[in-house]
Amino acid sequence: MVEATMNYDEAISKFDPVLGLEVHVELGTNTKMFCGCSTVFGAPPNTQVCPVCLGLPGALPALNKIGVESAIRIGLALNCEIAEWCRFARKNYFYPDMPKNFQTSQYDEPIAFEGYLDVEIDTDEGRKTFRVPIERAHMEEDTGKNSHVGGATGRIHGADYSLVDYNRAGIPLIEIVTKPITGTGKYAPEVAKAYVAALRDILRGLGVSDVKMEQGSLRCDVNLSLRETPESKLGTRSETKNVNSLRSVERAVRYEVSRHAARLAAGDTVVQETRHWHEDTGISTSGRAKSDAEDYRYFPEPDLLPIAPSREWVEELRAALPENPAVRRARLVADWGLSEIDMNTVVNSGALDLIVEAVDAGVDPAAARKWWTGELSRIANDRGIELEELPVTPAHLKRLEELISAGSLNDKLARQALEGVIVGEGDIDEIVKARGLAVVSDDGPLLAAIDEALAADPAVAETIKSGKLAAAGSVVGAVMKATRGQADAARVRELLFEKLGVSE
Amino acid sequence: MSDLIRKDASELAGLVSSGEVSAVEVAQAHLDRIAAVDGEVHAFLHVDTEGALVSAAAVDAKVKAGDKLSVLAGVPLGLKDILATNGLPTTCGSRILDGWIPPYDATVVTKLREAGVVILGKTNMDEFAMGSSTEHSAFGPTHNPWDLERIPGGSGGGSSACVSSFEAPLAIGTDTGGSIRQPAAVTGSVGVKPTYGGVSRYGIVALASSLDQAGPCARNVLDTALLHSVIAGHDPMDATSINAPVPDVVAAAKRADIKGMKVGIVKELGGEGYQAGVRSRFEESVALIESLGAEVVEVSCPSFPAALAAYYLILPSEASSNLAKFDGIRFGNRVGDDGSKSVEQVMSETRAAGFGSEVIRRIILGTYALSAGYYDAYYGQAQKVRTLIKQDFDAAFAKVDVLISPTAPTTAFKIGEKLDDPLAMYLNDVATIPVNMAGLPGMSLPIGLAPEDNLPVGLQIIAPAMADDRLYNVGAAIERELLAKWGGPILGMAPELAGA
Ligand SMILES: [Zn+2]
Repeated sequence: MVEATMNYDEAISKFDPVLGLEVHVELGTNTKMFCGCSTVFGAPPNTQVCPVCLGLPGALPALNKIGVESAIRIGLALNCEIAEWCRFARKNYFYPDMPKNFQTSQYDEPIAFEGYLDVEIDTDEGRKTFRVPIERAHMEEDTGKNSHVGGATGRIHGADYSLVDYNRAGIPLIEIVTKPITGTGKYAPEVAKAYVAALRDILRGLGVSDVKMEQGSLRCDVNLSLRETPESKLGTRSETKNVNSLRSVERAVRYEVSRHAARLAAGDTVVQETRHWHEDTGISTSGRAKSDAEDYRYFPEPDLLPIAPSREWVEELRAALPENPAVRRARLVADWGLSEIDMNTVVNSGALDLIVEAVDAGVDPAAARKWWTGELSRIANDRGIELEELPVTPAHLKRLEELISAGSLNDKLARQALEGVIVGEGDIDEIVKARGLAVVSDDGPLLAAIDEALAADPAVAETIKSGKLAAAGSVVGAVMKATRGQADAARVRELLFEKLGVSE
Repeated sequence: MSDLIRKDASELAGLVSSGEVSAVEVAQAHLDRIAAVDGEVHAFLHVDTEGALVSAAAVDAKVKAGDKLSVLAGVPLGLKDILATNGLPTTCGSRILDGWIPPYDATVVTKLREAGVVILGKTNMDEFAMGSSTEHSAFGPTHNPWDLERIPGGSGGGSSACVSSFEAPLAIGTDTGGSIRQPAAVTGSVGVKPTYGGVSRYGIVALASSLDQAGPCARNVLDTALLHSVIAGHDPMDATSINAPVPDVVAAAKRADIKGMKVGIVKELGGEGYQAGVRSRFEESVALIESLGAEVVEVSCPSFPAALAAYYLILPSEASSNLAKFDGIRFGNRVGDDGSKSVEQVMSETRAAGFGSEVIRRIILGTYALSAGYYDAYYGQAQKVRTLIKQDFDAAFAKVDVLISPTAPTTAFKIGEKLDDPLAMYLNDVATIPVNMAGLPGMSLPIGLAPEDNLPVGLQIIAPAMADDRLYNVGAAIERELLAKWGGPILGMAPELAGA
C-alpha cells in the first residue's frame, strides 16, 4: 500500500525533523568475533561455521582481540570516550538466523560513548558544518542470513520454506548510534547522507572494514520523527531498516519527512514501527510494530570476561590513528590549491590516496591528479578493475614527468609509455627505449611535414594569415600524424607561424 | 565377577602400565559389570562397548611399544551425558536432544582421550542438570546402589551411582549447585567441584554459565585427585578458564597431613533442618579433625541463608537464555513441522514437547526474573546477595584454611518422595550452593553411615579459589583414619546388587 505523502518543502515549512542514525559496520577481521571461522564474503552457504558460531550445545565464545581493538579505534576516531570497564550482554529473542536465540551484544556498558562527528554540507548560505552527536559505539555479532523461498514478498510470511546461511553469524559488528540529531531543518536528508559518507570515509581510513554498502558490510537504519517546532517535544519515530546506499539514506529521510507530515497534517498519528526501504521504488513500507517495551531480557554475558582496556593501550591506539579524512581533505585542498569541486572529483574517483602517494614521492600535485583522475581512471574503467590494481607506481609517474619537462616526451608519448607499464614492458626508460618514444627535436623533418600539410590544404595558409589562428590546429594535427605523434606540438606551431609570418 | 571392578583407579593404572593386566581386560570387566547390574541401577544412558574396547586396545598397544602413559591410562570412566562427545549421543537427559550426536568433543573429553582414559559411556542425569535426584531424567531415574528404592542424588546421579556400584572406578560430573557433591554424599563416594575456571567448560552443555563446573568422581581421595589433574588446566576455548598452574592435587592427596591447620565450621550450614544421623557423623568428623592436630573454630557466614533464594534467581535466569538454542531448527528433535506452521509455532511446539516440567518451570522463572521492570528486583538483587556471600567467604578464609559442613542435610531419600515438592527438592543443595555462588572448590567425602537408616553421610570441605589442593590434603587425612576405623572402604558395607 502506498501511503500519502506531502511535498517535502511544504512538510519542512510545517514541521521540524529530528534524525537518528544507527549504522552497523562489519569489521574486516580475518576471523569471527567469538570463534576462528573465516569471514570471507561469498563462500558457499554454511561452509564457514563451527560449533561456536552455530551455537551448538556446549560451545563457548572466545573473544577476538582485534575486534575489540577495532572498536576502540572507531570510538576514538568518533571522538568518543572509551570505557574503562565494560561487558558483553545477551540480547534474548527467538529468530532462526540467530544460532543461540540470543545475540551477544553490549547493552548499558558500551565500549565507546559520548562522541561526535562534524560533517559539512552545502547550504543556501554556503558550506556549513553540522555536529552529529554520537551516543555510543558498541560491539556485537552478526546474525546468519535467511532466504525465504516461494511466496510473493520474499519475506518469511507466505514463504514455502526458508533457508539459513550461518556463514555471516558471528562476524564482528560495531553498531554506531547517534543521539537525536536536531537543528538540521530542511537539510536533514543532506546531513544524514553526509554523516554516513563521513563515517564511511573514517572507517575506510582506519582500515577496519571494507565498508561496502552494497555487500552489507555497512548498513544503515534511519530513525525519523517530526515535531511542530524545535521547542516541541519529540514526536513518534519510525525506524527505516537497511537503507543501503548513500543516495537511499538521503531519499529515505526525505520520504519519511513527507510521509510523517502527511499523516500529522491529516490528524493521524505516526505509528512507532520498523519499516522496510525499497531502493527501486524509493518508498518505505510498514514492517512490524515496535514498542519501547520490547523486552530483550538483557543480562551480562556470563561466558565472557569483562573488558577493561588499559589507558596505556587506548592512548597507544589514539596516537596511531590516521588523520581524520575531513581534516586531511581540507589540508590537501589548501596545499594543492584545489577547488572543492576539483577535490570532489578526486575523492569520487577513488584516487586520493594514490595521488597523495605520488605527491609524497615528488610528483607535482597537478600532474599526479591529471594522471590518476584522467588517463589511469579511463584505463581502469575500461578494464573493469580498481585503480589500486594498476601496476603504476609513484616512481613511474615521477620519471614520466621528468621526461615531459625535459621535452623528451609529450603528452601523447607519455600515455604510450604508461600503457607499456600497464602491460608489463618494464620501467619508463626501458619502455621509451624499446618503443622508440622520443619527441622529434630536429626542425628539418618538421618543416618538411609542415610544407606537406600546407600543400594538401592550400586554403589554410590564407585563413591563418587572415588572423584566424585557430585554423593552425589542423596543420599541427596533420604534422603530428605524419610524425606518429613524436613531434613537439608547440614547436610545430612556432615553426608554422614563423613560416607564415604570423605572430601569436 | 572379576575382582578388577573393586580395584582403585590408581591400582588399575599400575596393573595396566606394568602389563600385568591389559586395558581391554579391565574395560571388559567393567562392561560385564554394567551388563549385570545396570538394569537395576540405570546409571548409564548409553554404553559405548565398541569405543571403550578400541580405546583400551590403543592403551595396550602403547604399553607393548613401551610408550610413556598418563597416570590414568587404561582406567574406565563414566561420563555425565552433559559433555559433548564426538560421535556419541549427548542427551543431557532430555527428549529434546534424543538422538543428537555432537560433531565435536568437549575439552574435558579431549583431555580424557589423550590421557588414555577409557570412556565406557554416558551417565544419567536430571534433565539439563536441573534436580537433586536424577528423577528428572527424561529416560527414567537412576537407583542408589545402597538401596535401589532411593535416589542417587542429582543432577549427576548416574555418575555417582556408576562409581558406587562398581560399574566404573571413575566418573565425570558437573556441579552447578551441588550436582557432584550431593550425589557423592548420598552414594558414599568422593566428588569434587573444582574452582570455577579450573576445568574448561567448553563442550559442556551450559545450565548456568557462571556456576557450572565439571569435576571428578571416584571412590577415594587419591583417585579423585588423579582424575582432577587430568581434566584441569587453562583452555583458550573457555574465556572464563583460569590461566594459572593447576594446584598439585595429587601431591596434596598423598601428603594427608593437617597438623596445625585451621578448620572452620560454618555455623549457618548445620543444626536445624539437618538429619540427626548426618549431624552426629559430622560431629564425629570434627573430633577426628581435632585429633589429627588441626584447630577447629566456628565461623559465621551471615549471608548464607539468602543463598538458596538468590541461586534460584541466577540459575533460572542464565538457564532460560542458555536453553533458548534448543528450538529444533539446527539440531535435536523437531516437533510439529508439518509444513503448515510458522517457524515460531514449530519452535514453541518443539520446546513444549521436548522439555520436562522442571526445565519448563525454571525457564519460566528465569524469563520472568530477567524481564524489564523485574530485573533489578530479582536478578539484580540476587547478584548483590552473591557479592555478600563472596565477602562472607573472604572473611572466613581470613581466619581459617578450610571450611567444613555436612554436604547434604539428609541421606538418600526415597524415589518419588520429593518429586512433587520442588522447594523440598531445592533444599537438598542448601549447603553446597554457596560454594558455587562464590566460585570456590568443594569436596564431598564419605564419613560413615547415619545410624538411623544405614545410609552414607558426606562431609563437605571448602577451600579458597585455586586452593583445590587443600581439599585433597584434608580429605585424604580424614579418609586414612576412617578406612582404618572401618577396616576398608565404606562401599564395602553396601549391599551386594542382585545382578552380581
Ligand atoms: Zn565459527
